[in-house]
Amino acid sequence: MNKVMEGLYYSESHEYVRVEGEYGYVGITDYAQNALGNVVYVDMPEVDDEVEAGEEFGAVESVKAASDLISPVSGTVVEVNEALDDQPELINQDAYENWIIKVEMSDKTELDNLMDAKAYEEFCAK
Amino acid sequence: MTYKYFPHTEEDLQAMLSTVGIDSIDALYAQIPEAIRFRDNYQLPTEMSEIEVRQLFERLGQQNKQLTCYAGYGVYDHYTPSVIPQLLQRSEFLTSYTPYQAEISQGTLHYIFEYQSMMAELTGMDISNASMYDGTTATAEAMMMAVAAGKKQNRVLVSETLNADTRKVLDTYALHHGIELVTIAEEGGVTSRKSLEALLAEGGVAGVIVQQPNAVGIIEDYSGFADACHDKKALFIMNSVAADLAVLKTPGEWGADIAVGDGQSLGIPMLWGGPYVGYMCCTEKLIRKMPGRIVGKTVDNRGQRAFVLTLQAREQHIRRQKATSNICSNQSLMALWVTVYLSLMGKQGLKEAAELSYAGAHYLCDKLLATGKFHLVYDQPFFNEFLVHYDGNMDNLFSSCRMNGILPGVRMDDGNLLMAVTEKRTKEEIMEYMKIIEGI
Amino acid sequence: MNNRLYGNLIFELSKEGRKGYSLPKNHFGNYEVPPSLRREQDAALPECDELTVVRHYTNLSNNNFGVDTGFYPLGSCTMKYNPKVDEEIAALPQFQNLHPKQPAETVKGAQALVTLLERSLCELTGLAHFTFKPYAGAHGELTGLMVIDNYHRSRGDLQRKKVIVPDSAHGTNPASAAVCGLEIIEVKSQADGTVDVEDLQRLCSLCGDDIAAMMMTNPNTLGLFETHIPEIAKLIHDCGGLMYYDGANLNPMLGACRPGDMGFDVMHINLHKTFSTPHGGGGPGSGPVGVREGLQEFLPMVSPYHGNFGVMVRAYAYILSLGREHIKEVGPLATLNANYIKESLKDVYELPIDTVCCHEFVFDGLKDKSTGVTTMDVAKRLLDYGYHAPTIYFPLLFHESLMIEPTENESKETLDAFIAVMRKIAEEAKTDPELVKSAPHTTPIGRVDDVLAAKHPIVTYKQMVNDEN
Repeated sequence: MNKVMEGLYYSESHEYVRVEGEYGYVGITDYAQNALGNVVYVDMPEVDDEVEAGEEFGAVESVKAASDLISPVSGTVVEVNEALDDQPELINQDAYENWIIKVEMSDKTELDNLMDAKAYEEFCAK
Repeated sequence: MTYKYFPHTEEDLQAMLSTVGIDSIDALYAQIPEAIRFRDNYQLPTEMSEIEVRQLFERLGQQNKQLTCYAGYGVYDHYTPSVIPQLLQRSEFLTSYTPYQAEISQGTLHYIFEYQSMMAELTGMDISNASMYDGTTATAEAMMMAVAAGKKQNRVLVSETLNADTRKVLDTYALHHGIELVTIAEEGGVTSRKSLEALLAEGGVAGVIVQQPNAVGIIEDYSGFADACHDKKALFIMNSVAADLAVLKTPGEWGADIAVGDGQSLGIPMLWGGPYVGYMCCTEKLIRKMPGRIVGKTVDNRGQRAFVLTLQAREQHIRRQKATSNICSNQSLMALWVTVYLSLMGKQGLKEAAELSYAGAHYLCDKLLATGKFHLVYDQPFFNEFLVHYDGNMDNLFSSCRMNGILPGVRMDDGNLLMAVTEKRTKEEIMEYMKIIEGI
Repeated sequence: MNNRLYGNLIFELSKEGRKGYSLPKNHFGNYEVPPSLRREQDAALPECDELTVVRHYTNLSNNNFGVDTGFYPLGSCTMKYNPKVDEEIAALPQFQNLHPKQPAETVKGAQALVTLLERSLCELTGLAHFTFKPYAGAHGELTGLMVIDNYHRSRGDLQRKKVIVPDSAHGTNPASAAVCGLEIIEVKSQADGTVDVEDLQRLCSLCGDDIAAMMMTNPNTLGLFETHIPEIAKLIHDCGGLMYYDGANLNPMLGACRPGDMGFDVMHINLHKTFSTPHGGGGPGSGPVGVREGLQEFLPMVSPYHGNFGVMVRAYAYILSLGREHIKEVGPLATLNANYIKESLKDVYELPIDTVCCHEFVFDGLKDKSTGVTTMDVAKRLLDYGYHAPTIYFPLLFHESLMIEPTENESKETLDAFIAVMRKIAEEAKTDPELVKSAPHTTPIGRVDDVLAAKHPIVTYKQMVNDEN
């Protein structure tokens, strides 16, 4: 069963945003990590890089697949999850706990374009 | 229908047609519209027995002249140890496929791991891939790698002293890939540092490509180039003749991020242009940006050390349009060729062959200059290849040499001749060559 | 027979002071490379005697499997027999010891060979001109796309940057398009596995002016002939695009149909597939590109000379050996072999598209899925029986793809034995699934940990030694 957490915003490409004030923690969902299999590498941007909603900002690789990371929101990267450099498998262990980038959001209205937990659950069921 | 490569007898055909449930082989093609169905005979020669095939190629071969070779320009007449063709004819190497099934491909995977290790050592870089097609396309791949790594910068600077054929291939790839290639000027036969710095200052540069030795054999002084590139966040790419790196300062020592070139000089015959082997080596942090196959070490489920194709997520069959390249088949058997060569020649032999080449080239050059009819075009150090101007009639030189079974060099513009010497050229051969030259 | 001492890495057999070469003495006098130009330390290459090197690589070869070893039913790879007379001729010094920049009058034989091979390929494909510069199939695809891009640019049609491919296409297709600066659009397949012509019409109406080309194989990656190819070609040509033929599946067309007649403008051939040159463990190949009359001026320079000339020599020897009589039998025999296996196994393996195929076909794993035995497991268990596995997990259209291509060289006995083993494995999946899931058991190594290899890539001996300390 794929875990879906309440209170987060979800994109159709299986990323989530956890909002804390002006900041958004972006990662991939449980559904995504399950589909990928054992994550062996996360290609992350650098601090101060700009990200744009709908644009690619990195990638997640497993042995048999590679998935682009599409940012659900626009803004500036203020932190990347460096633990993923040595332990990319953390994403498999807990995709929601182990976010990938922390973004200072430039336009919080973009969150309106994303799905809530219930809508995402229905989207995955299709 | 009986033929030596087709085992089917009439009886076999009947039984198989019956299993498939059709009357004739022709029924297998029922879905092909009749308008485009090909029912003629191909306008090709009638079948030839092995005896006749051999005779035909004998006749064709007679029209090819093997010459004592003083030509270089990226392809060299180096020594091929007898062991190599014998080992490579082993059908388990020759007729096997890409090692996707690791359990029955440890032979291939081992030698590719060895090849990677040796090329990294030779170039002074951290890592290598499993091979590319040739030196020119490997350089084009490095160019695209720099632009992909370069976050929206799409200018690549290329030294004017690069081999013209390599440059043409770069131009081809750059045109379609949306890369702007800008030439760094040559001055006195070498890459102009001033020109490089001026172009870097203009900004937008993802990579800089130089050649060592350069297209006319000159060993250039690339001090400060790597730093200048890195200051502007550009990758420093060096294309070298592999065999020369046995002795010369390596791309790694020059601070290169990517080392590319051709491995033909590592005992592969001239083969009229191919198959050769391209190499690509880089720093460890670029490993996931590197195109081509890569073999890595791991363990199997019985705890044994094993090798496997790794980081496949970069490759075309997984990443498709986001792949680091479209390369699929590479030059694996030629990588084996080079690996066996480097195993036989080893640390000392490779050096010795390179030093012999250097000595022979300088010996020949001195003799040529002494005639008064040849002049070095540039006052620069060279390795085993040099550019001279010939005061006499170049056509006569070539035809006299031709009559004596010699290829004098590669004809360049302005009455210039590019000459190369390898460990295969003996003192006697060179004396012969001088006699012919003096006799013109 | 494998020897533990010699079957490891050459570095582990190296000993300082050994040598495996002999070179002439230096009679040239005192010419030394100046210290300022030299590398600081010698390259840490092995030092071995000649016999050690020979034993090492001989032992390595014993851990490999070639077409000469056994049946290699790899779909889409055409692992046909590599004739030995081709090897003998390619090794002749008169074809090997030629510098590519030798004057033309000294290489008339080599040039004649290029011309003769070109004419043969034109005859077999119905196209007008071939270049041999591309070094492999993927390189050929890229070259062909460059021809198409150059053609459109020459006509000022600079917006044509879209290439249509079927959703069943091989990975090199989109990768090649990306290298060429083009964008891929997928057209759907119908339930019968062929291109959905209505969906193609929709795409042409939507963005016809942006279409550079359609890129496809025929038969397609499922081994099915695209019967509607004349309509497909017309649709693309009508909206101003060109048709590109991926020659990976050309084998069954020898004796049946020519890409030029199907309506294709540009194509590549894999000499190492259709024309029997050896795969060499992953190359060298050769991917000559053919064009219809009028497009030859757009052929790009993707390599300096005539590509992998040594491979071309082999291909021409093959064509001459078969002659016009037998070349036209290649397709029919390969097609019969494929259909024979398909019909003999479709009761135990899932055949998603039950129709006459060409040279290859796809199973979607075992019919009985209840055992949990996957295509991966079946492939690994086949290794125990002395077969190379078929192509697995391609095409992506099915979850448990198993693509089988028996070439025209395989006898009925070989096919029957293979069929029997496949049936046996299907039985084992029911009676002893664990045996299949943990296969292979009799190969030099078992299944490898590829997660570890990807997470901590160790790709050189130096890294390996450092990692172990």
